[in-house]
Amino acid sequence: MPDLLIELFSEEIPARMQARAREDLKRLVTDGLVEAGLTYASAGAFSTPRRLTLTIEGLSAGSPTTREERKGPRTDAPEKALEGFLRSTGLTRDQLEARDDKKGQVWFATIEKPGRPADQIVAEVLDGTIRNFPWPKSMRWGAGAMRWVRPLHSIICLLSDDSGATVVPLTIEGITAGDSTRGHRFMAPDAFSVTGFDDYAAKLRRARVMLDPAEREAAIRQQAENLAFARGWDIVPDDALMTEVAGLVEWPVPLMGVIEDRFLDLPPEVLQTSMKEHQKFFSAKNPKTGRIEGFVTVANIETPDDGATILAGNQRVLAARLSDAAFFYENDLREAKSGMDTWAQGLNSVTFHNKLGSQADRIARIAALSRDIAPLVGADPDQAELAAKLAKLDLRSAMVGEFPELQGTMGRYYALAAGHPEAVADAARDHYSPLGPSDAVPTAPVSVAVALADKIDTLTGFWAIDEKPTGSKDPFALRRAALGTIRLTSGNNLRLSLEKIFLFATGSLFSLSRAEQYLQRGGDQRIRDFLNGLCADNLHSGASTGSIDEGPAAKSAALLESANRNDQNLSDYVTMVRAIVSKASADLLAFLHDRLKVHLRDQGIRHDIIDAVLAQPGNDDLVLVVNRATALNDMMATENGRNLTQGLKRASNILTQAEEKDGVEYSFGADVKFAETDEERALFAALDTAEPAIRQATASEDFPAAMTAIAALRAPIDAFFEAVQVNSDNQIVRRNRLNLLSRIREAGRQIADFTRIEG
Amino acid sequence: MTSPNRPRSFQEIILRLQNYWAAQGCAVLQPYDMEVGAGTFHPATTLRSLGGKSWAAAYVQPSRRPTDGRYGENPNRLQHYYQYQVIIKPSPPNLQDLYLGSLRAIGLDPMIHDVRFVEDDWESPTLGAWGLGWEVWCDGMEVSQFTYFQQVGGHDCKPVSGELTYGLERLAMYVLGVEHVMDMPFNDPDAPIALTYGDIFRQTEQEYSRWNFDQADTDMLFQHFKDAEAECARILAAAETDNAGRRIPMAHPAYDQAIKASHLFNLLDARGVISVTERQAYIGRVRALAKACADLFLTTDAAGASA
Repeated sequence: MPDLLIELFSEEIPARMQARAREDLKRLVTDGLVEAGLTYASAGAFSTPRRLTLTIEGLSAGSPTTREERKGPRTDAPEKALEGFLRSTGLTRDQLEARDDKKGQVWFATIEKPGRPADQIVAEVLDGTIRNFPWPKSMRWGAGAMRWVRPLHSIICLLSDDSGATVVPLTIEGITAGDSTRGHRFMAPDAFSVTGFDDYAAKLRRARVMLDPAEREAAIRQQAENLAFARGWDIVPDDALMTEVAGLVEWPVPLMGVIEDRFLDLPPEVLQTSMKEHQKFFSAKNPKTGRIEGFVTVANIETPDDGATILAGNQRVLAARLSDAAFFYENDLREAKSGMDTWAQGLNSVTFHNKLGSQADRIARIAALSRDIAPLVGADPDQAELAAKLAKLDLRSAMVGEFPELQGTMGRYYALAAGHPEAVADAARDHYSPLGPSDAVPTAPVSVAVALADKIDTLTGFWAIDEKPTGSKDPFALRRAALGTIRLTSGNNLRLSLEKIFLFATGSLFSLSRAEQYLQRGGDQRIRDFLNGLCADNLHSGASTGSIDEGPAAKSAALLESANRNDQNLSDYVTMVRAIVSKASADLLAFLHDRLKVHLRDQGIRHDIIDAVLAQPGNDDLVLVVNRATALNDMMATENGRNLTQGLKRASNILTQAEEKDGVEYSFGADVKFAETDEERALFAALDTAEPAIRQATASEDFPAAMTAIAALRAPIDAFFEAVQVNSDNQIVRRNRLNLLSRIREAGRQIADFTRIEG
Repeated sequence: MTSPNRPRSFQEIILRLQNYWAAQGCAVLQPYDMEVGAGTFHPATTLRSLGGKSWAAAYVQPSRRPTDGRYGENPNRLQHYYQYQVIIKPSPPNLQDLYLGSLRAIGLDPMIHDVRFVEDDWESPTLGAWGLGWEVWCDGMEVSQFTYFQQVGGHDCKPVSGELTYGLERLAMYVLGVEHVMDMPFNDPDAPIALTYGDIFRQTEQEYSRWNFDQADTDMLFQHFKDAEAECARILAAAETDNAGRRIPMAHPAYDQAIKASHLFNLLDARGVISVTERQAYIGRVRALAKACADLFLTTDAAGASA
């Protein structure tokens, strides 16, 4: 059984692409070999910045001969049919065999495919793999037409067994496969030949190339930790950086440096970010001071001066970077201490979106919204408003200009420097969260208020201007904002009517931007008053959730309209705003429900169960939806629950049919005195017990208890349908039974719309 | 930096690069006589990277980035600086080795330094161009851009050009061990009249920073932008044959106007009068010009078009 060694030697492969390239090479080659009839014992893939390597052990020496039997036309079929069959099989008539079949005599062909030697198959598979390699980005070079991630220089393709090694004959775009490669670019640049994988790996090591990325990572980790240990420091772990750095070197040589004292007062996040982003340094922390005081850089070469020149150079570059950072930080702190007015002013000229105004406009909206959300989440309204006004000012700071990923982090430092309370400063840091599905959800009330306002302003804003995500396009990260809203509310158990908040936020958007435009066009000042009323009232009106037509805002609109019957412009405008605001809010809620489905599905809750719950009133209270759905999902996991659902759906179907046929709604008046059977009477009794229990449980939002209560109906319902014919000839009995069914339907509706549950 | 081979001044580094690339067979060109943001804008790169004709050129290009002005105070940032540019078509298979040779030529020995090719894909939205390559790091500092051009002016580059761009001030400061650009010796520090970079450029950095940020007449710049755009379009639309019946498409004069528009946009940007959303629109307008010039250039002899 021969072994196969493949090396694709190129100019430097981007570090971030190497892991997938290893997997792709292994998959494409082994799949291709297996497809062609070869087998193998094991395969392993490796990479360095300059090479992708695949080793396959125990490959079969050739593919087996295969026979395939194919049935053709009947012997008495027209000549054309036979010709076609001969063409498709590549045989002649005398090679066919006539056999008896059910329908008469039929031609059979036996096609024999001779086995092929492994080298032919390997050459074909590798050629196809190289030409179709799924690099995220590939390029051409020189005058050639071939594509690779960077120019490809040489190929090893070697089959070896006990009798020796042979190069697989293969030439692709002028590169002929051979048995030689090169070592480290500087330390061992000469070409050398290899006889198989073990020889290859050993010679590479002598030529200062560590082939296995896992080994490079381990070497970096161990040496970095040793260097740190000698000073009593700890390396700050960073797996992503480790993988990247291991993909940038063939021969890792970690070197440790010390951060100059003058930079140690910089926030640790600044040191770490600057060193990581610009220099790809690991940070070293002094556990005694809690500060980051050193770094480890990983060179790719051993030098006669033991890296002294390299370390000095890196230290110098770092000093220049940190001088910039320190300069930015000092200036920023000065601005922060003077109240950050310049930054606030500056955000006036930063466009958030041309239809949604500047960042300053956006901050004003978020501040208003934060203030109004605050009481709902247990935050102090003054603090929430203040935090919202401060939270994004760091976008104008020099530090965030340099390191956008420090937005929020710097905001916290600057808010503290300005003398604001911790809770306010923390909100500046945390209000962008949660950014992804695994990012932590803020829990401090002020942070929650601002984080929620931030996301809701984004959503309502883009909905109001009709810039919704489509397909894979979501340039404003609205799905992320929706998931953030979901996680903030459900994660903090916040009982909110999102629809009211959406109405408020959308309305507020109009009052701050559209109304201004209207006024600029010579519109009536009263429009602003109308809109302000609209916003404030929708959020805090005692009315249940719902439409914009409720509450004092509607009244003020009505007054406005009647007082201005002659002002067609104004009334048209009011009508338009009302239409847009309510449509955008409803649409947005539907979008949020979609995202909630995705979110809950990931947590194992079936989509039809979520649909059944979303059909209930109060579906803009996500905590309520989640609790209901969870309880229902648990019940549906039991056989009892599934049978109950069948019964509820059956009751509902019969009722719906009867109602359609009779043109009336059966909803009231079932009386036990018309019951004819024990099963009917038992169902009456069960409903008498279950109904108040369900009502009480749902009212107190104890959904598991509601499920238990309704589950008790399963046996009586089953027995009822077993024994009783609903459509009795006696109209009184029939009507009574239909009304009884409506009690079942009603009991179900207390919990969910069971008709939406599948199965 | 202990190499005995070490250059002593900014100009010596430039001279060594010129000699090195001349020895590799490049035509050593002179800077383009227009204001540009980078060496890539020189028609010797943009236009000559198009079409099938072979090409090898090296040159210094003074480059202007008005928004980077810091009144000569920042140790590393300038609104006017120099790039060294090498462009070879088709890209030779040993371009990385040739490049490393140029580092040795200016005193950076890769056996004692840590030279690395770190992924950096290049894209110029104003030129409708992109390529793949690296930024080259020496001891953790970016010293060059190394790019294989894939598209320019919206056209596939066939063959592919290899482009090397050295940020001369930063590279020289590193080689010479200077902390502030203005302290860097421009000519030999032992010359009878030794001049630093600051002696030559501190005042101009101050003057241009003030003009770029505070004084440039934005109405006039907007008008100039429109004029350049209109003239570019007019040149491109002109008949290909002149009055004497000779076919002379005017790709280069048209491209000059595209360069002009690009620089005017940069000036307007520095004055802070272009909003984020307008920005994209202006970049798109310059790109449209550059693409049209590329289209026309491809019909000319210099692009290898058969007449």
